Amino acid sequence: MMRAVMYVAAALTVMGLAFWAYQENYRTQQSISQVRRLHAQIGDAHERLGMLRAEWAYLNRPDRLIDLAEINFDRLGLLPLSPEAFGEIETIVYPLPDILPITNPIDINSIPPSDEEDPL
Amino acid sequence: MIRTPLRPLARILKAREKGEDPGAIAAENLRLRHEAIADKSRARAEGRLLVLGAFFAVAFIAIGLRMGTIANSMPEEPRTAATGNPIIGQRADIVDRNGRILATNLETHSLYAQPQHMIDPIRAAQELKAIFPELNEERMVKDFTGKRKFVWIRRQLSPEQMQQVHDIGSPGLLFGPREMRLYPNGPIASHVLGGASYGREDVASAEVIGVAGIERRFDSLLRDPANEGKPLELSLDLTVQAATEEVLDGGMKLMNAKGAAAVLMDVHTGEVIAMASLPDFDPNNRPQVLLKGDQSDSPLFNRAVQGVYELGSTFKIFAVAQAMELGLVNPQTMIDTKGPLTWGRFRIRDSHHMPATLSVEDVIAESSNVGTGRIAMQIGGDRQSKFLASLGLTEATQVELSEAPSGQPLTPKKWSEISTMTISFGHGISDSPLHLAAAYASLLNGGTRVMPTLLKTKVVQQGARVVSEDTSAKARHMLRRVVEEGTASMGDVPGYEVGGKTGTADKPRTDGRGYYDDKVIATFASIFPADDPKYVLIVTLDEPSENSGDKPRRTAGWTAVPVAAEMIRRVAPLLGLRPQLETTDLASVTLTSN
Repeated sequence: MMRAVMYVAAALTVMGLAFWAYQENYRTQQSISQVRRLHAQIGDAHERLGMLRAEWAYLNRPDRLIDLAEINFDRLGLLPLSPEAFGEIETIVYPLPDILPITNPIDINSIPPSDEEDPL
Repeated sequence: MIRTPLRPLARILKAREKGEDPGAIAAENLRLRHEAIADKSRARAEGRLLVLGAFFAVAFIAIGLRMGTIANSMPEEPRTAATGNPIIGQRADIVDRNGRILATNLETHSLYAQPQHMIDPIRAAQELKAIFPELNEERMVKDFTGKRKFVWIRRQLSPEQMQQVHDIGSPGLLFGPREMRLYPNGPIASHVLGGASYGREDVASAEVIGVAGIERRFDSLLRDPANEGKPLELSLDLTVQAATEEVLDGGMKLMNAKGAAAVLMDVHTGEVIAMASLPDFDPNNRPQVLLKGDQSDSPLFNRAVQGVYELGSTFKIFAVAQAMELGLVNPQTMIDTKGPLTWGRFRIRDSHHMPATLSVEDVIAESSNVGTGRIAMQIGGDRQSKFLASLGLTEATQVELSEAPSGQPLTPKKWSEISTMTISFGHGISDSPLHLAAAYASLLNGGTRVMPTLLKTKVVQQGARVVSEDTSAKARHMLRRVVEEGTASMGDVPGYEVGGKTGTADKPRTDGRGYYDDKVIATFASIFPADDPKYVLIVTLDEPSENSGDKPRRTAGWTAVPVAAEMIRRVAPLLGLRPQLETTDLASVTLTSN
């Protein structure tokens, strides 16, 4: 009697282990395929990144930037960096305060201001 | 089981009655019993053999089948067990000191043909010729209609070309993925980078190998997958390199030179910040090596490293510094400069008239050959050659370029007295501009040896002591005087305290008989700022001639010096050096952008 119970229990354990192994196997396979997919995605992203970096480097090559700075000199006024570009902090003026609005203007001029000309 | 008795009582009794031998019955029964046992064990053994045979058969079949499948299937990368990053298998990038790309890879496609799959080979050849005018149509027709099963057509295609080939619609034209080495900055730093080409080629991929320069020197490192695509960081600064090349190119054209080289080096770390050699080339489309003629005329030739020239008066400071170090002279010692200095059948003259005596300082400032020759005689050839060796001027530089060993200096076979004299003013010894840069850096950075390197490093080199700090400071002061009031007066850049020495050397004739009268190598070796030097800049012009005056001027003071001055003006701010505002009016600050 005892022996039969043992046999049944052993058989059940084996079946249970087999089921567990089967499930683990499938989970592993799934993980592997997921990793593979991710690797492929990362690889693609890498390739795209490399392409973008190469393109960025190509578009920012010094020769092109020099040409662009020359073409757009009117708008940007870019010059090569020269020693004159360095200054002393003392030479930078403080921002001038806004002039207060004039509330009671006094005429000090006998000629009345004309409409066309700016009085200043 | 009920055992059959050997002597069954009934039969024994019956046999006794008949008078037979009952023993015979027992023997018979015993025999039968043994037979039965033997039968049984035989059957069992046979069964076991069968099972074992079946087991072996199954095992052999299983192994055989597995072997068959393994042999017939494509090998698969063991992705689950692999350590590290399985994605980055490309050749590593090369970047400058600020991480800007100097060399990278691009995915392109190669084009090949399998003529047996072509429907209309002649039309395919015609259409290919229309897309790629450089292909030979007759050859393609011959290849496509002949017996060949595989023909390479192009190694690289742009995406537009690939689409055009696709539009031909021939099933025999196929594409393979192909990695391409791209140098996005074109010819900038071409001599340092070198170039790359294909090694072993296959339809599915091709090996990219470095063929020159740093690509070849670090080929295995760049290809090593263990680095996981970590870029190789060079000491070059792309912006400074571009500015150097731009100024050098302008200067070379202005001075009608046939070639030029410039080396900008950090005096403490030995890092080469910029290295240019003109004429240059585009490493994306590397020209062929010259098969005849002078290799030094090829754009592939790196004048800064491979070009060994007699660098003229730039060597004078070595003789004077050594004499000061040995205590033979001090800057105020008066030296007899009355020329010519005669030694055997040789006569040493000065290029312009000199007073009868000059102080050592003025020997450098006025660049007197006679004066330096006399100082060198006091030093002697033995000590001179050892001193020059300690500055690295007698052996090829260890810089990380595959061409570096070919820049072997030319030194006299026998270091005679006349050699000692001529070498003191830079004749009879040939060195590359990079040698000169390293020697100036070693002499003037405080007096410790510096090895030039192209790899980014933050470490200040702790080289062997060449001269004392005091001698180094005196030498710097002398070089500053050369710019302030000597032969390099055009080299002064306000705010940067340039110090330097000019050198104009006649070129040796190619037939080996003396020197040309009208061909020179003009060099300006400079340091800035002179009181606490940070950088050394060497500018060399090959056969310059400044033609704005009545006679062509060829001396370095008129040719190499203005180019170097402009270069320092452009490059020093980019290096983050702030000008020492001396007496400039403080009100004017030029804005460089709005």
